Amino acid sequence: MPASTPTAALRVRNLRKTFKDVVAVDGLDLEVRTGECFGLLGPNGAGKTTTIEICEGLTEPDSGDVELLGMRWSSHAAELRQRLGIQLQETQLADKVTVIETIRLFRSFFRHGPAPSEVIALVQLEEKMNSRVGGLSGGQKQRLALACALVGDPDFLFLDEPTTGLDPQARRQLWELIERFKLQGRTILLTTHYMDEAEHLCERVAIMDHGKTIAQGTPRELIASIGVEHMVEFSAGGAAKALEITALRRMEGVRDVRAENGTVQMQVTELHRAVPALLDELERQGVPLTELRTHSATLEDVFVTLTGRHLRDE
Amino acid sequence: MSDTMSDTTAVPEIRPREAARPPGPAPRGLTEHALAQLTLTRFREFLREPEALFWVFIFPILLAAGLGLAFRNRPADVLKIATVTPELARSLRQDKLLDVQQLSTPAAEEALRTGKVALLAEPGADGAVLYRYDNTNPEGRTARMLADRAVQRAAGRVDPVASSDRLMREPGSRYIDFLIPGLLGMNLMGSAIWGMGFAIVDARRRKLMKRLIATPMPRHYYLLSFLLSRLVMLVIEVSFLLGFGIFVFKVPMRGSLPDLAVLCVVTSLSFGALGLLIASRARTIEAASGLMNLVMMPMWIVSGVFFSAQRFPDMLQPVIKALPLTAAIDALRANMLQGAGLAQVSSQLIVLAAWLVVCFPVALKLFRWR
Repeated sequence: MPASTPTAALRVRNLRKTFKDVVAVDGLDLEVRTGECFGLLGPNGAGKTTTIEICEGLTEPDSGDVELLGMRWSSHAAELRQRLGIQLQETQLADKVTVIETIRLFRSFFRHGPAPSEVIALVQLEEKMNSRVGGLSGGQKQRLALACALVGDPDFLFLDEPTTGLDPQARRQLWELIERFKLQGRTILLTTHYMDEAEHLCERVAIMDHGKTIAQGTPRELIASIGVEHMVEFSAGGAAKALEITALRRMEGVRDVRAENGTVQMQVTELHRAVPALLDELERQGVPLTELRTHSATLEDVFVTLTGRHLRDE
Repeated sequence: MSDTMSDTTAVPEIRPREAARPPGPAPRGLTEHALAQLTLTRFREFLREPEALFWVFIFPILLAAGLGLAFRNRPADVLKIATVTPELARSLRQDKLLDVQQLSTPAAEEALRTGKVALLAEPGADGAVLYRYDNTNPEGRTARMLADRAVQRAAGRVDPVASSDRLMREPGSRYIDFLIPGLLGMNLMGSAIWGMGFAIVDARRRKLMKRLIATPMPRHYYLLSFLLSRLVMLVIEVSFLLGFGIFVFKVPMRGSLPDLAVLCVVTSLSFGALGLLIASRARTIEAASGLMNLVMMPMWIVSGVFFSAQRFPDMLQPVIKALPLTAAIDALRANMLQGAGLAQVSSQLIVLAAWLVVCFPVALKLFRWR
């Protein structure tokens, strides 16, 4: 028995799922604590949606165990359905029906929950209450989908890529809403391939790749785990001779150096030492600097460090 | 709930928000019931789709009006004949059913050859009359009889037996009377199959169905809501088409209305089950509409909507009679035109019930929820 905290709202052990000859989930373990917002972060095709749909009881796993709110799908499906709020990826609600009618329909399936007008106020769709779903913007549709997940006053909220395809302003708005639900003590599991979303919303994240979690912890822990605080990116285009990467690797405070498509990325522990050293080195090699950027290490950098690929490569 | 309690004692912190909840479900009105909400949604989606309204309500009436006009019973036709002498023309014009034209010989021969007249009457030798006509053409033979009778009477013949006519044009034997029950059956089939098929496949394609099964919605409510909305729609549809037939064409309604209602409901349920079966697996509208046409097209032709199914060879009759549309239309016609009761259409009811009993469980078994 793995030692698990007694407050786990969701516990997933050794989950496996294969579709024809594609292994979607390959021995996955997860633990989501009560009251936290947990992020499943990974590129498209990493198995996030399959994992979340198994947890939601919509997909049958080939093997493994899912324990949700102390219950299992095999024995307590009806009870679980009452206590979960689910937002699926790319659901299109009926176009000809209005916002309030849609909420009333979903509300009718649950024993408990707020009045339809309260839920609409919660997601700030009051003005669109009597508009048809077909006439809503992408952000408004996504907020309506969120409202449909909240009508049953759920204890556990599943959000599958809640902001994919939205413009930055609509994403910010949705983040604010999600943060407000967190304050009410709900447990949230969300999937995303936006690292900034995970850093912004989630207390803890699991990074998924090829059906497995390759790292799990708070965003801060994960970033610290790669032992790098800063990233330095520069372009040295138009140089007469090629850059000597190995010389850069030897510099003080530099962890790792990668070069791709004319851009060089350096993982750096001490920015104040590494940058002057870099400038000196480039001058010594006679390579002109065309662009220089630095940023604090992010979850994206964690993913790159662990897999050698970018999150949105696929 | 009770069996989950033991779990929560082991994991007490799992539901900190539970305490705030009321102990049981709050009392709710009928319209807040899931089945009522699902059915209302079905209605809204249907009524807000102008095309669907056209096909279900307007199209059958346009069809009935068009065909009713084209095949209406006209007063007996007047036969056109030609002759070449004024004397003959005068004699022939005594018969009201003959439209006599007096022409020159070449013009009269031309008119006969081109079918503008059915018969040409010419004076023969010794005061005799010569009729020229095509005896394979019924109009020609009728014209021969009428023309000869007119000529003989003009020459003084008296009929030895007095005779008189009583004309009957009975409602119920016209084409429109035959057509309206056929269209009614066709409409019940079309709206059940299209109505269920498209809505179900569209909900599956949009992943709306998957979203619904992620809620506590009982799955059978979803299917029941289609059935309920179908039955309500049925009342509107049937009264629309029958009302039109009765008021515009005076189509007879000889059977009992409750019997007719039973027939419509059984027909609708039977086609609803067939529609459910067709829509049980298809993921795209294209695949579903292909299947629907494949199922409905043969029945439109052989089931006696527009002409009697008896016209097909005897060998095929058992197959044709086993089709649900044939059974539905035969039963509807028997009710409306002959005043038959349910007992007299029991064989058709059995056919319809058999389709229902076979299709529904198979559809449920095959149904793809996502």
